[in-house]
Amino acid sequence: MSDNAESPTETQKEELQSPSESSATSEEKKKIDVLLKAVGDTPIMKTKKWAVDRGRTVQSLAQFISRFLKLDANEQLFIYVHQSFAPSPDQEVGVLFDCFGSDGKLVLHYCKSQAWG
Amino acid sequence: MADDKDVLRDVWFGRIPTCFTLNPDEVTEREAEAYYLLLPRVSYLPVVTDKVKKHFQKVMRAEDVEEMWFEYEGTPLKWHYPIGVLFDLHASNTVLPWNITVHFKNFPDRDLLHCSSNSVVEAHFMSSIKEADALKHKSQVVNDMQKKDHKQLWMGLQNDKFDQFWAMNRKLMEYPTEDGGFRYIPFRIYQTLSDRPFIQKLFRPVSPEGNAHTLGDLLKEMYPDALTNDGEVKRYQILIHGIEPLLETPLQWLSEHLSHPDNFLHICVVPVPTD
Repeated sequence: MSDNAESPTETQKEELQSPSESSATSEEKKKIDVLLKAVGDTPIMKTKKWAVDRGRTVQSLAQFISRFLKLDANEQLFIYVHQSFAPSPDQEVGVLFDCFGSDGKLVLHYCKSQAWG
Repeated sequence: MADDKDVLRDVWFGRIPTCFTLNPDEVTEREAEAYYLLLPRVSYLPVVTDKVKKHFQKVMRAEDVEEMWFEYEGTPLKWHYPIGVLFDLHASNTVLPWNITVHFKNFPDRDLLHCSSNSVVEAHFMSSIKEADALKHKSQVVNDMQKKDHKQLWMGLQNDKFDQFWAMNRKLMEYPTEDGGFRYIPFRIYQTLSDRPFIQKLFRPVSPEGNAHTLGDLLKEMYPDALTNDGEVKRYQILIHGIEPLLETPLQWLSEHLSHPDNFLHICVVPVPTD
């Protein structure tokens, strides 16, 4: 068994796509729209809406955000769904989209400190 | 037929006899003997393996001890899956005791999440409960609970206190009678032969026509290949807590009685043993 498709050690060659251009073509079903919102004093991202591979893990998405915001390597980043729970780092964003997405997108909050629960 | 309440108790007290042996590549000062434990199916490895750690550290030098992790026949065991799920998924058709290898170095970052303390397990456990309640009740029940109520769920699990846990957990199992069940059933379907972590989607306990959905209905929709068609040889076992429930079992009943303490119904699809 291996989850290594989204290995944290792997250097990411393909980054997220922005802004989302995926809605039109059907082959893009593999990507979902994710809206990223900052919480508290965590820096915001100018681009909020991203097209993300369904198979991408929460951990890999958090690493992307950390790099994008140029956070220190030792700074943690927490990701929340529905402003209530932190999905497991190995959870796929596609699963979260299927269960908790609305209006064709998944809203995720990110925060440098533990914001909820 | 046993009372349904007895089912909760039987599930809670499910145990797996396990033999822990030290990875032979670890550096020890003297020989490390195997260590035997009855592992609770509904708990998590870091919560119940303090004694294993102490046992092996006795024969090791402190500088040779890094973060402990477990492996079964080459597969690193994910601590954030319930123990029973790990067993059903990887070892259900092997002879007991379950032989787990203990490691103290070369942590497999690609496969496992780090777990520095039980508070990491607690955070993961509570997040799972919240995720499940988001599906069951739009988070209303878990949000109405106080911090001490959340703590009671965790302490109940950590200390293996059935009554303490269920005094609180039963609130998470309630639903309006007229709805016939939860909004959606929190479930995860695991496959041995897949590189995907698990299947999780929205699925209601009752059909639009008002019929109770069954385990078979769920699988037909989520993973039809797991089912055996007429005239076919059975290829897969559908396991929950080590048993194969009838496919006609209503999903709502399974969710209330055979869910793990994290409030998810964990379903393992494993190949039928060939021998």
